Amino acid sequence: MKTRNGKATSYATAAFLAVSLAAGTASSADLVISNWDGYMAKDIAETFKAATGLEIEVVNHATNEEVMGKLMAGQGKGYDVVFVSSPFAEILNHQGMLAPIDKAAVPNLANLYPEAAALAYDPGNAFSVPYTWGTTGLCYRSDVVKTAPDSWMNLLQPSDDIKGKTTMLATDRWLMAAGLLAKGYSVNETDPAKIDEAKNLLIEAKKTLLAYDDTTFYSKLVSGEASLVHAWDGWCNYGITENKDIKFVVPKEGSDLWVDTIVVMKNSEKQAEAMKFINFILDAKNHAWAAENILYKVPNKAAMESLDPKLIEQYPNMGMSPAELTKYELLRDLGDAQKDYSRAVSEIKAAN
Amino acid sequence: MLAAPAVLWLLAFMVMPCLLVLSYAFFQRGTWGGIEYTFTLDNFAHVFDPLYAKIFLNSARIALTTTVLAILIAYPAAYAISRAPRVRQPMLLFFAVLPFWSNYLIRTYAWIVLLNREGLLNGFLSFLGYQGEPLSLLYTETAVIIGLVYNYLPFVILAIYSTLSRLNPELMEASRDLGAGAIRTFWRVTLPLTLPGVAAGGVFVFVLSIGNFVTPALLGGGRFQMIGNLVYDQFLTANDWPFGAALGMALIAIMVALLFLQARATSHASGERQGEAT
Repeated sequence: MKTRNGKATSYATAAFLAVSLAAGTASSADLVISNWDGYMAKDIAETFKAATGLEIEVVNHATNEEVMGKLMAGQGKGYDVVFVSSPFAEILNHQGMLAPIDKAAVPNLANLYPEAAALAYDPGNAFSVPYTWGTTGLCYRSDVVKTAPDSWMNLLQPSDDIKGKTTMLATDRWLMAAGLLAKGYSVNETDPAKIDEAKNLLIEAKKTLLAYDDTTFYSKLVSGEASLVHAWDGWCNYGITENKDIKFVVPKEGSDLWVDTIVVMKNSEKQAEAMKFINFILDAKNHAWAAENILYKVPNKAAMESLDPKLIEQYPNMGMSPAELTKYELLRDLGDAQKDYSRAVSEIKAAN
Repeated sequence: MLAAPAVLWLLAFMVMPCLLVLSYAFFQRGTWGGIEYTFTLDNFAHVFDPLYAKIFLNSARIALTTTVLAILIAYPAAYAISRAPRVRQPMLLFFAVLPFWSNYLIRTYAWIVLLNREGLLNGFLSFLGYQGEPLSLLYTETAVIIGLVYNYLPFVILAIYSTLSRLNPELMEASRDLGAGAIRTFWRVTLPLTLPGVAAGGVFVFVLSIGNFVTPALLGGGRFQMIGNLVYDQFLTANDWPFGAALGMALIAIMVALLFLQARATSHASGERQGEAT
């Protein structure tokens, strides 16, 4: 997910970006892996070494943008395996920076759901392997909201009782997606007139909004500051952990499908070892760690089937089937149309 | 020769990075992000687009409000400190800058705890017997301005204190001897002579506020976009480094112009004072 660790953190890390760019890339480890903080088991280096004898060094990035900056600056040198969201994997592939996935070296690919091997940005997992996936929807306090929401319009034109108690995701693609989906358009819409319509709807919606929030929306629900928030499924689960009355729903107009992927850099001198690492992650037990600990769905059939049914009882969105999930539309890189989105979002944020 | 290390320092950490960023502004965003090395002036033209001009003006308005409020609070504080017994002044100054020893983000988050609808302030109000809807203070322009004033106040206090403490007390005595009351002495003698400190503190707050992006993001709930957020978004979300660079350059130009004016005003004022002395 694009801003897993949040904007506030990335504000802080942005300042240090230049420093980390200059920092040395020399490492004695066999593999250098860049991932979001807390997105893999803490003891992964030990378990991986026990299984393969290989040393890994884990580097953290706060956002896709941050790791992209580092990769672009050095043509990916110094990194072997990188975790990025699918549109960014797409960009890296377009830039010719990714190594092909060596299927023979990754037998655990067989653990993936067939749907996960047929994702439109990379059918057949030619250059990327999905790590987690999910969707975006509405997360709400069922004990406060009078009628359960089922449409994006419940968020964009809230009923009187929850006016001023809603939040929306701030990151441009998801913010625009809410408006586009409410209008019945694609989350990857590139027609300027339709982008404009969605923008106008979102400017109207701003009047009833408490805040744009990418990082603390679930705690706002828990504290009662907000009643209905625009949320990623996995993050809604963090709210559910603290308050059983919090529920997640995907609006009837549909939503997006986001995928976080694992890629191997073409400039890596350790591609064979990198494949071993991917194979290790795709092992049902290791992949299930992500579902159990960060409460995101993983596209691994064997891992999902190994989960304790109580987990799915407590977090119903964990039980969403791949068929349900892949009905939703993948966020794709927009190329030049990204400029229209950025401008629309600036207009929304600058509107009074 | 002593200046050589300073010049090198400026070249390496100020001039070179600025030129590098400036050079990006003349190219185009590639389809997949990154920079496409085709010369263009479009990015600068875009800065003057009404949408972005509006964001610039809005930021300037917020920064100006912050500056005025900060001066109004800082002047009496600095005045009180400068009037305190000499031995106690260092301690009072120490208290004024003490909050600066904690992280900016933490101090800003503290305001979220204070201002939110379920927060300390509303809790205190209901403790006092207030029964209405809780006050929605967080995620408003007021919250952004409170955060900015709070964070930059010590700079202004220090700047004003430094001119107040250097003020020759004989001037005040002379004014009193000539029959001016306390208020008149303040308006005609003290205030005019300390204006350079007010200007220095004011420019400082204005320049820091107009480029700030953390406070509007956290206390404004993203509902108030300032120029800093716009630059941030261009670099990190839109992946449009050339346009981000052009916006950043416009911001730097405003800051440099203000600092230049302030430096001129200060040297003008000190020149005047020297003129009076001779």
